[in-house]
Amino acid sequence: MAELNRDMFVIRGKDTARMESISRPSLSFWSDAWRRLRKNKSAIIGMLIVVIYAILAIFAPMVSGYTQSQMDAQARNEFISAAHWLGTDSMGRDMWTRIWMGARVSLSIGLISAVLNACVGAVIGGLCGYYGGKLDMIVMRIVDLLYGIPSLIITILVMMVLGKGVAPLIVAMCVVGWIGTCRFVRGEVYRLKEQEFVMAAKVMGIPDFVIIIRHIIPNIMGMLVTNLCMAIPGAIFQEAFLSYIGLGITPPDCSWGVICKEGIQFLRYYPHEILVPGFFICTTMLALNLLGNGLRDAVDPKLRGTD
Amino acid sequence: MLKYILKRVVAAILTILVLITVVFFLVRLMPGEPFTSAKLTPEVAENMRAYYGFDKPLIVQYIQYMGNLLQGDFGYSMKYTNRTVNDIIGETFPFSADLGIRALVLAVSIGLVLGIISARNRGKKIDFFCVIVAVLGTSIPDFIMGAVLQYFFGIEWGLLPVARYDGIEYTILPACALAFGTLASVSRIMRASMLEVTSQDYIKTARSKGVSDLRITVKHQIRNAIMPVMTIMGPTVASVLTGTFVIESIFAIPGMGKYYVESVSNNDYSMVLGMTVFYGIFLVLCNLIVDILYGVADPRVRIGER
Repeated sequence: MAELNRDMFVIRGKDTARMESISRPSLSFWSDAWRRLRKNKSAIIGMLIVVIYAILAIFAPMVSGYTQSQMDAQARNEFISAAHWLGTDSMGRDMWTRIWMGARVSLSIGLISAVLNACVGAVIGGLCGYYGGKLDMIVMRIVDLLYGIPSLIITILVMMVLGKGVAPLIVAMCVVGWIGTCRFVRGEVYRLKEQEFVMAAKVMGIPDFVIIIRHIIPNIMGMLVTNLCMAIPGAIFQEAFLSYIGLGITPPDCSWGVICKEGIQFLRYYPHEILVPGFFICTTMLALNLLGNGLRDAVDPKLRGTD
Repeated sequence: MLKYILKRVVAAILTILVLITVVFFLVRLMPGEPFTSAKLTPEVAENMRAYYGFDKPLIVQYIQYMGNLLQGDFGYSMKYTNRTVNDIIGETFPFSADLGIRALVLAVSIGLVLGIISARNRGKKIDFFCVIVAVLGTSIPDFIMGAVLQYFFGIEWGLLPVARYDGIEYTILPACALAFGTLASVSRIMRASMLEVTSQDYIKTARSKGVSDLRITVKHQIRNAIMPVMTIMGPTVASVLTGTFVIESIFAIPGMGKYYVESVSNNDYSMVLGMTVFYGIFLVLCNLIVDILYGVADPRVRIGER
């Protein structure tokens, strides 16, 4: 083996202008998360199911040819047929229409109350975590107290005070629903505000408001969205549960809980009246859970597979 | 240790007081006069009003109500006339407790086993199966689970009785329906905490000393991993309890949950009030016991409290 020296090598081309340039566009946090989420099959299936159900909830009742309260004494408790795609209930109402009308109510209650809870919890938790002090102490005592009381009991009582319907239901679910988000956001903000980049922003004289908007919120956004996604099935379940025990939504309005409540009376003879709406509730919750799990792994890959 | 327990007890008492106060004033806020049910004769309604002190100012009513509660008096039912809430609770609670304990034992034991198996075989088929069970468990509401079990095992295949509560075979379906969701959350948490423990130094030490796999799992992993499961026992009891509301209605079990739901739909305010307070106190006490046990089992918790 001969000695290697410089003369044996030739420079085949060197572009000093391009050497330091970044060859690929830098990924923002969200596009990075999306890239990971896309690879997660179960999360994508979940997302598809949710999107399909949402589209059906919007359009299916319009094109079904029936209305949710249109009764037909000739066609009661019918099984699945060409005229009634998912059969009819004990009053001869078209189940396909009712299920998607119910989906409008159930899905929007789930979404609205989860978003509301997340917003209230994030604002209160954020203020407590960032400013600390007396406010933090008082709020945390309240949170600890409320945490000890089972939330469903408070929700039931608030429902009894406010009466039945969509708006009271959402309010009742928010009375105690914000606590979880509040605790988690407070903890995160508390941790973040000690970090160097917040310190640097402070030293530069950036006002608190801007620090919160530009530095703190983007850092907890991923987990907040994940939490939100996980909270929606919980809220849908609560609505179904409350409607099922006779609070919440009541006939003639309909939601998935109401349809199940009406259907279970005929379990023995017409099981499709409960099993079909039950299937839609379960698949929706399953889809949202899968999507939530996928989102959690996508925004925080460290957590992947731990749960 | 004593300080820790005392602190917990004080917090529990405070929570109960707040709970009763909140419940009391919420019930007062309820629309309309509570004693207008057609079933009540005027005399009974009058007695009720006197009993609850409706002619007196709110604060006096509150003190009176608290006084009654301190003596363990929950008041009278408005639908089931001549019966006190105490009677009804005393009669129905044993059914609910029986069902609840069965469901809890089932959920915790199977949940732990699934979690352990799943963590030990991470990434294999059996892990996948356990994870699917867990996801299904969190996705199927208990009233749908109850209906499905009742339909297939009770009606379609006729294997088990569909309703009432007269013997061991009657308890199987409701207990399974009630346990399923809880089982799922127990197994999820157990799996996660087993996996977390696996990467700890003491496991590596044990492994490098040549301790067998099974022994590591039993002696080191499970003992440490079970701690986070204990923290969710409070909420678990709560979810089993609220599950009884619907499961008892579906299976026609004469337990407290069924009565609670009936009282809610009958607007039987005094029953709802009394039973809510009872449930609240019961759950706060459960939480207290779990907290204390947790402190006993894990010294880090009591030290962290200070």
